[in-house]
Order: sequence, then C-alpha cells, then structure tokens
Amino acid sequence: MTRTARRAARTPDRPLGRAPWVLVAPALTGLAFLVLPLLGLLVRAPWSTLGTRLLEPAVLEALRLSLTTATLATALSLLLGVPLAWLLARVPFPGARLVRALVTVPLVLPPVVGGVALLLVLGRRGLAGRWLDLWFGITLPFTTAGVVLAATFVAMPFLVISVEGALRAADPRYEEAAATLGADRWTVFRRVTLPLVAPGVAAGAVLCWARALGEFGATITFAGNFPGRTQTMPLAVYLALETDPQAAIVLSLVLLAVSVLVLVLLRDRWVGAG
Amino acid sequence: MKRILGSVVAVLALFSTAAACGDSGDDARGGSARTLTVFAAASLTETFTALGKTFEASHDGVQVRFNFGGSSTLAQQIDQGAPADVFAAASPATMKTVTDAGGAAGEPRVFARNRLVIAVPKDDPGKVGDLDDLARSGLKVVLCAEQVPCGAAAKTALAEGGVKVTPVSREQDVKAVLTKVRLGEADAGLVYRTDVQASGGQVKGIAFPEAAKAINDYPIAALAKAPQSGLAKEFVELILSAQGRGTLTRAGFEQP
Amino acid sequence: MSGLDARLVVDRPGFHLDLALTAAPGETVALLGPNGAGKTTALRALAGLVATRGGHVRVDGAELGAVPSDRRRIGMVFQDYLLFPHLSAVDNVAFGPRCRGVRRAAARREAADWLERVGLAGYAAARPRALSGGQAQRVALARALAVRPGLLLLDEPLAALDAHTRLEVRATLRRHLAGFAGAAVLVTHDPVDALALADRIVVVEDGRSVQEGAPAEVARRPRTPYVARLVGLNLHRARADGRAVTLGDRPLPGMATSLRGEVFLAFSPSSVRLDRSAPGGPPGPRWRATIDAVESRGDRVRVLLGGASGPFAHAVAAEVTAAAVAELGLAEGGEVWAAVIGEHAQVYPA
Repeated sequence: MTRTARRAARTPDRPLGRAPWVLVAPALTGLAFLVLPLLGLLVRAPWSTLGTRLLEPAVLEALRLSLTTATLATALSLLLGVPLAWLLARVPFPGARLVRALVTVPLVLPPVVGGVALLLVLGRRGLAGRWLDLWFGITLPFTTAGVVLAATFVAMPFLVISVEGALRAADPRYEEAAATLGADRWTVFRRVTLPLVAPGVAAGAVLCWARALGEFGATITFAGNFPGRTQTMPLAVYLALETDPQAAIVLSLVLLAVSVLVLVLLRDRWVGAG
Repeated sequence: MKRILGSVVAVLALFSTAAACGDSGDDARGGSARTLTVFAAASLTETFTALGKTFEASHDGVQVRFNFGGSSTLAQQIDQGAPADVFAAASPATMKTVTDAGGAAGEPRVFARNRLVIAVPKDDPGKVGDLDDLARSGLKVVLCAEQVPCGAAAKTALAEGGVKVTPVSREQDVKAVLTKVRLGEADAGLVYRTDVQASGGQVKGIAFPEAAKAINDYPIAALAKAPQSGLAKEFVELILSAQGRGTLTRAGFEQP
Repeated sequence: MSGLDARLVVDRPGFHLDLALTAAPGETVALLGPNGAGKTTALRALAGLVATRGGHVRVDGAELGAVPSDRRRIGMVFQDYLLFPHLSAVDNVAFGPRCRGVRRAAARREAADWLERVGLAGYAAARPRALSGGQAQRVALARALAVRPGLLLLDEPLAALDAHTRLEVRATLRRHLAGFAGAAVLVTHDPVDALALADRIVVVEDGRSVQEGAPAEVARRPRTPYVARLVGLNLHRARADGRAVTLGDRPLPGMATSLRGEVFLAFSPSSVRLDRSAPGGPPGPRWRATIDAVESRGDRVRVLLGGASGPFAHAVAAEVTAAAVAELGLAEGGEVWAAVIGEHAQVYPA
C-alpha cells in the first residue's frame, strides 16, 4: 500500500483529533524563522547575471574545494569518530563522562577559537606540528589537508553523538549472541554492531558533511584563505561580502542548492529508509 | 581571540553601564543621561577607547559606546539604518559608500594615516630585510585579501616595488595576518604599523620605502541621522584636536 | 569428567547466586525457577556473558572460567531469538562457522543443511523480519547447533511463542536435544517444558538450588511451595515418628510411614473430597473448612479451602467436577466438609 493510500485510509477517523494550535502555532513560527532568511536570499539574488557569475572559474573552484574537503572530512570523521562512539557507548572506563563532555567541546567552542587551538597544536610551531615539520617536513596550515582537519574538528562531534546514540539504542544482546557464536570483538563490531547502527551512522555522516560544508571560522583561522587550495565556499562568501554583496548572495545560493540537493538524495536513500 | 575578548569586554561594559545608570538615578541631570554611539574600524579599538574615556570625562552624563568592526561591515550596518552618531573608517572607499548614500553630515575629514610594514616573528626565521625578500621561494607570506583595505594597500605597495609575491593565504583582516605571523605559521606578512605597535613586541616590524605609496587614510564623519548630532560633532573635534592626534601618534598612526 | 561441571558464583547488589551444576554428555538439565531466581544469570555465566566472582566452569575437562565467550565453543538460544536482522536465515546460521574460519561457500552449505534439519529448507534467503516466531526460533536453534558446541544453552526458548507454535518448536527441540551429543542446559519457568525436555531438573530459588532430580521425582515429590504450585500439588510439612504422621500434636488418620523426623506431605487436589456432611469412606484426615475461592479450570473446578481451619497450617486446594460444585452449592465464604484420601498422599523426608 502506498503512503498516500494509507494516509487517506487513516484520515477520516482521526483518532487523536486535530493538532492543537498550542503546538501548531509555534511550529509554524519556527518554520518561518528558518525558511524566511532563505527566501530573503532568493528575493535579493541577482537573477539576471546569475548564469555568468556561476560559471566563473573562481566560483567553481571554491565549490569543488568545498565538496572535496567536506567529503574528506566526513570520511576522516567516520574513520575516527565511529570507533570513538563505540568506545563511549560500549567500553566502560573511568572518566567516561568527562571524555563524553570533551567530545562535544567543538560544538560549543567558537570555530575561530577551534582554529587557533589547531594552530597551537598542529601549526608549524605547534606542540605536535613542530615535530611533523622537523621529522617529515609536513606543515598543515595553509594546505587543503589543513582545511580537511579544521572541518573534521568542528564536524566530527555531530557524527560521534549521532552514532553513540544509535549504539546506545541498539540491543547489546545481539552482540552477546554473536560472541557466543565465536565472534571476537572486532568481528562483532564489523559484522553485527555496524550493520545494526548503519542508519545512525548514515544520519551522523550526513550531519557531519553538512556541518563541514558550511565550516568557516576554524578553516580560515587554521588553513587560511587561498583560492584553489584553501578557499572554500564559505570563505569566498565572506570575502565577497566585503566588496560585492550580490556575489556573496550568488555564492550562498550555490552552496545552498548543492547541499539541499545532496541531503535530499541521501535522505531518500539511507536515512529515510528507517 | 582578541575579537572575542573584545566582545566579552563590550558585553561587560554594557552591563556595567546599565548598572551605573541604575545607580545614578538621583545623580540625575534632569534624567538627560546621553549616549554617543561611535562606529569605528577595528584598528582604532585601543586609541578610540582611550579617547572615549577622555570625552566622557569632559562631558558629564555622557556615555560613549563603540561598535568596532570591519569598515565595510560597519558601513553596511549604517546603510541599513543602525543608530550611529559617528563613523570612523579605515579607508576612504568605505566612507564613500556612506557619503554616497547621503549618510554623512558634512565632508568626512581624514584624521590619521596608517602605513604598511613587514611583520615577522620575533626570531625572524626567514631573515627578511626588505620587500624583495617576500618573493623568495620557500618563504611563507600571508597578506590581507584584496577585498579588504589592508589587502588593497598591500597590492599597491607590491606593485610599486615590482615584487611578485605568492602568499600562502589571503586573510580576511589584518589581525588574522598578525596572528599567523605571531604564531610563527607565516614567516612574514604585511600589516599596519599600528598593529605591530599594539602587539607589544610579539612581532617585529620592518619599514619599507614602497609603503609610502600605499598609505591608508582614516576618514571620520558625524552622521546625518545621528541621534546626538551635537555630541557627534564634538567627538569628531576631539579626534582632530591636538589631544586626539597625540593619542593616535603614540599608537603608531601618522598625521595627515 | 566429560560433560559440564560448574560452580557459578555471581554477586550483584541485592543478589547472590551460588549454584553447582553438572550435566553429562547427552544429558539435558533444566533450570526451573520463578522470575528473578537467577536462572538466566546462571546461564549467562556459563556463556561467559556475566562475570563470576568465583567457582569454575569445566566443559569436557577444559576449564573455561577465564575464557571469553567467543572461545568457549558454546551454542546459545535466546528467548527472543536475537537473529541478526540484517542477515538472511542462512547467513545467520553460517555466522558461527564463518567466525571459526570456514569459507563462505562451505559455511553456507553447512548452514543450508542445518536449516533443512530444522525443517526450514525453503527459508534460506528469508530475513528474520519475514519469519514467524516459531520459524525464527528454529533458525536460532540451527544457528546455535551449527557451531557444533560442546555445551548447548537454551534461555527460555519457548517463552515468546504462542501455545500452538510452542508445541511444534518443543517437538523440534526435543528431537535435536535427543540427538545432541554434548551437555545441554535449559532455563525455563514452565514446568511442562522442563518435564518434556529435561533429563534432570534443578529448581533454582533466590540464587541457589533448592531441589534437584529426575522430572518424575520432582513432579511427584516437590520440596518447596513454589515447585508444589508448579506441579499442582498440596505440600505441607509434618513430623513422623516411625508409624504415624503428625501435624502439630495430632496424628493424621489414614497415613502411616516408617520415616522419622521432619517429613513432607504432598497430595494432589483431586485426592481431596468435599461433602455436605462428615464423609465416611477411606481413612484420612477430615475437617470442616471455609471456602476461600472457587475457580474454573477447564472441565474441573478448583476450590481453595481456607488456611488453618483443618489440621493443615495453610490453605489446601481441592479439585472437583462442575457437577459437584452445583450439587454441594460451593461458593466463596461457604463451609464444606473436606477429606484427604490418605493412601494418595506422598510422605517423604524433608
């Protein structure tokens, strides 16, 4: 039965009555609050020159860089964040509460401060960066890798929180059943835990990607701003605002359109399935 | 970081102001406690704050409130009707957007000039001597983005010297350039003399002759829609007075 | 010693388990007990899923106390199946062999054989969500057996099933348990499951064993009120002096024994006769009783006779026909003469 048909079949009796205004009114206000600024961008967009502005190499370059770095940051977050979430959800250890709080620090830290913190640790003269430079000749600031790291720093908590929530909601007895069947913990994680929390991982990855795509403060502070290498869309938008607000609107619209497109596609494919 | 500290200070200042207002209920000059609102370029933070205190000392019952920020952001806010009395910009171009819209009361006047210097970390790992050195390969140079005044000035100065520099980054403002140099992430950057002065010895400034062609003028104007037009004019006078010039000069600004 | 030889000591706040348990190869031992008695905890301790504070777990002579679950070579069946929802039935069954290093194709072939053996040959590709409860539990049984365990653990395997499915799965279980060469431990709170499936029953209450024996023995001679209730017998404590059984200081008529000291006295509700006037008939204790409750049980009616009104210290259950209820006018609050047919009562040492 299709969804519409089911809804049609359910509507007449309306077992719980009408949605109350006490809930509907603030809900609609909230929706308007989120949507109206977007509308503002659309209304003020320079539609006549949109086409030519979009095809400027600088715009395409920034867009390509944004998509690449956000995707790489998501991949890195998955690689590090899923095990971290597993550790928090499954392995009791002293200080777990503190660690859980620390994981959320990038959420509350102003991203610019995050960028400075990254510089202090991974910069050329940073606590760790010094040795990277000395031993391997690697410096991260002002590189695309730096952009990825900055985006990972601010976006990974979204993934960790989402996956940890999914892990806590998943019945741990499936893992016990797997253990009795002879699966060691790594096999249990790979073949049972991960498939069980896959929707949570997908949702977390989508959130993480979206956050990475919009990342500005930590990126410009840690990785700087150089077209083609570290200038992502948000940075281009910010600088365009200084001199050419119309161009900034165009860039924002591009970012918006691409992210909405990707999120809708992903949602239908993974997240909405659950 | 500094910005955040700045805003924390500003918020605290607001609170203390509010508290003071509450306390001074019977101190009252006929309930006419007045507030002068000054929008000023971020590079003026230290000098204008000091001069604001001077202004308050000589004007009983007057509070001076500052909104420091990027000049073009401030100009946009004024265009959108922000209730400001005075605008001090870091470039004539941004002031022009306000005057063109008829936002200024009278001609803006240039009250200070700022000159670019090469900023290097204290230990100067790149051994930088003059502008030509910035073109050296392997040297990490950061500049302001060309969209902001310090970037435009840097572009002019480099063109004047015929120096081709490929920076590792074009920062969003001059403080960001300073941060990268101070932390040693960059070997050199072009910033204003006042910024080096304000850094308290954390970076070294190297003057270079080409900077003379890229001097930044700071214009100030009372605004047409100023709620406190009288006070606005008096504040502009203070900035242009000998006392104002003295404070600005000590901070590294030059006189027009 | 081959088979299972274990002593399980588990401490948790407000709960203490100390249980010795043995099972010979091929033997099925049922842990029977009320909810919260520690049966499942004991089973999980055998599986290595809860930490024990002491004791030992030996299977076929190998000490497993410190061995993690995945290397104990056990098979475990859970009340709610716990089939992996993202794997098909055949992949669920192949999971164990795969973990033990069998190649994918071989593991699947093996798994398909197991599915056939539990009567689910046609369901190899089905996802657990598409299976009925009975089918799911049979897949779970196949999955546990496919690891060729030395010890099979069954945790309330029939509790989640409806009455009809229960019969089918019980039959499947019975067949596979009979053919299983290792030791098996079954946890249940249903005496019928225990009686039908187990070779031996261990009754667990409050974390310890209170009775142990062959199913027939446990059913005939319960040793705690809980077991008595389960098997539907009246159970009373009494004393014996080598000739007569006495309750308090009064000998019970019609009951003779050669035992001495504390004894249990057990008799079925159907060996209690009710009558309007003091009945004659076979010897046994008789008394005038108040009726506490009258409940219908299929074609029989259970009558609960008020405590302490006769020679017995607590309530006695009687079972009569519906016709007798009508004839005698039995109702709550009424009075009736009751008699126990002495020769039907069991007397055994306490």
